Amino acid sequence: MTPAPVWKNPIVRWIDYRLPVFSFIHHQLVDYPTPRNLSYWWNFGSLSGIVLVIMVMTGIVLAMSYTPHVDHAFDSVERIMRDVNYGWLIRYVHMNGASAFFVCVYIHLFRGLYYGSYKAPREILWIVGIVILLTMMATAFMGYVLPWGQMSFWAATVITNLFSAIPLIGEPIVAWLWGGFSIDNPTLNRFFALHYLLPFVILGLVFVHLWALHIHKSNNPVGVETKSAREEIPFHPYYTIKDLFGLGVLLFFFLCFVFFAPNMFVEPDNYIPANPLVTPAHIVPEWYLMPFYAILRAITFDIWFIPAKLIGVIAMFSSIVILMLLPWLDTSPVRSARYRPIYKQVYWIFFADCLVLGYIGASPPEGWYIPIGQIATAYYFGHFLIVMPLLGIFERPLPVPESITAAMGMPKEAGR
Amino acid sequence: MIRFGLVLAAALGLGVTLSAEASEAPKAPAQAWPFNGPLGTYDRNDLRRGLTVYRNVCASCHSLHLVSYRHLAGVGFTEEEIKTIAAAVEVEDGPNDQGEKFSRAGRPADRFKSPFANPQAARAANNGAFPPDLSVITKARKGGPDYLYGLLTGYKNPPAGFKVLEGMNYNEYFPGHQIAMPAPLNEGGVEYPDGTKSTVQQMAHDVTTFLSWASEPEMEERKRMGLKVLMVIFVLTALLYGLKRQIWAALH
Repeated sequence: MTPAPVWKNPIVRWIDYRLPVFSFIHHQLVDYPTPRNLSYWWNFGSLSGIVLVIMVMTGIVLAMSYTPHVDHAFDSVERIMRDVNYGWLIRYVHMNGASAFFVCVYIHLFRGLYYGSYKAPREILWIVGIVILLTMMATAFMGYVLPWGQMSFWAATVITNLFSAIPLIGEPIVAWLWGGFSIDNPTLNRFFALHYLLPFVILGLVFVHLWALHIHKSNNPVGVETKSAREEIPFHPYYTIKDLFGLGVLLFFFLCFVFFAPNMFVEPDNYIPANPLVTPAHIVPEWYLMPFYAILRAITFDIWFIPAKLIGVIAMFSSIVILMLLPWLDTSPVRSARYRPIYKQVYWIFFADCLVLGYIGASPPEGWYIPIGQIATAYYFGHFLIVMPLLGIFERPLPVPESITAAMGMPKEAGR
Repeated sequence: MIRFGLVLAAALGLGVTLSAEASEAPKAPAQAWPFNGPLGTYDRNDLRRGLTVYRNVCASCHSLHLVSYRHLAGVGFTEEEIKTIAAAVEVEDGPNDQGEKFSRAGRPADRFKSPFANPQAARAANNGAFPPDLSVITKARKGGPDYLYGLLTGYKNPPAGFKVLEGMNYNEYFPGHQIAMPAPLNEGGVEYPDGTKSTVQQMAHDVTTFLSWASEPEMEERKRMGLKVLMVIFVLTALLYGLKRQIWAALH
């Protein structure tokens, strides 16, 4: 680590001597050493962070005009759309921002899968990332409930009822979650409180995620650690400008939706006020939860004395938890899929499997959708539990370059 | 609890069919709405006629409780016109200093007056069926304005063998084809101040435009702002790309 510059401004110097915020920023964001060969797939971590900040800011403003009461929630959201200055813009940014957040995070996650970013010594970095994903899902789900439309109410019904699958204590837990004997005002109130709290938990987790990242620094497309100073470039200006350009591209696509198709990802049913007496024909979660919803519904059979519903719930949670075990399930010493000819193909099959699960999650549970969903679910778990462990043993990786510079075809180190 | 159990069963794919409403209806054909597309706006004449249709036909059963009379200013109604439109209804207000409720003429700040005092009264007057509020109706139905137009013009005689229940009406585009609302629009049913002939298609077109505006009053501003914002971001991103190339050139 290069020493921090001597601060010329006396006030900055005075503060930095007592609380070294300026040195900290300098070391973590300015001269922070980064591999020089990161591709654009490495943009999505910082993009996710920026979208998180956008979500928190728009969310706080929305909360100023939102009323968490079953009689007023729906109307208060529409009041934001009509009578609050630029309320429609803030709300549509927040609503579509959830989708943008998951797009960025899923790309970020699949980038990690492709380049083996979860392998030693970055296991904890990876696990914290999965915990962030779980917290995001809980936050997004509770946010979906707040407008108190038909989908809000019935999604809340389906998801909270999952906990009733727990043997013996399931029913009391559900009543405890609801704050009563049905989904009602207490449920909406606590969901609002938690929806406001959890993003700050995510911010804390993101800090831990970055802390772990800055210990061993970024992985890179070659998948070998940086070996010399010449393979590293300072974060600023190289990656600040690259991230800013990426942000411009993201904002362009994101705002196309906000301004020209703001309700594209919303079920029309959610513009019908919640009605406990009328069940929508198809209850579907938002697109980013579809694959997990498909896994939940794939289990249609009891195993011995364990009811299908309980197995479905366990399968759904396992499908995320299993990601945390990936650093140990993947037995290959090679990180990057570039040098793993078979894994490269298996990766895309797995990716396709996730798309199939997403499609099944959005479809009604009938006819061919059921067996296809079951096969896709079996493959999802098979990928982690069978393919990944065996592949590390039987696959013959291509020769891995000894360094990033070698992979980039740069001349050997000529002293520095 | 039984209801929740059922929902969960359906959600978990246990093969419980929940609702006959799920039965298919053909997709209503797409109309060439002037407010389609990234530059589309609401036709002001369509809107004015649509308001006439809403006030004379729909408003006898359907509320529009999220829309205020003053919102009409956003689509070119003058202050005087809005005052006149609002004053045409009697609204209950109060309590006054004596603690009594009183009625007064409507004001621009009032919401569109609901035809019924409460949902129970609405059901009682409509054979048990509840006429939904129309404030966000085009956002709340698959197909939006196309569906609404299809529904309003979709009253037909049922095909041979189709049994329509007592008190229900056959509609081509309504899910399940049986709708409690009788055909609301009839040839010459309203008299347009601008002299336009009030055919069923014309009225359906106009009132759909009006209700699309009621659902998305921000649409025109949204699209206008969107074009400006996207242009700025496009230029900014191009400049950032140039800067990125320039900064990274030092590395190669």
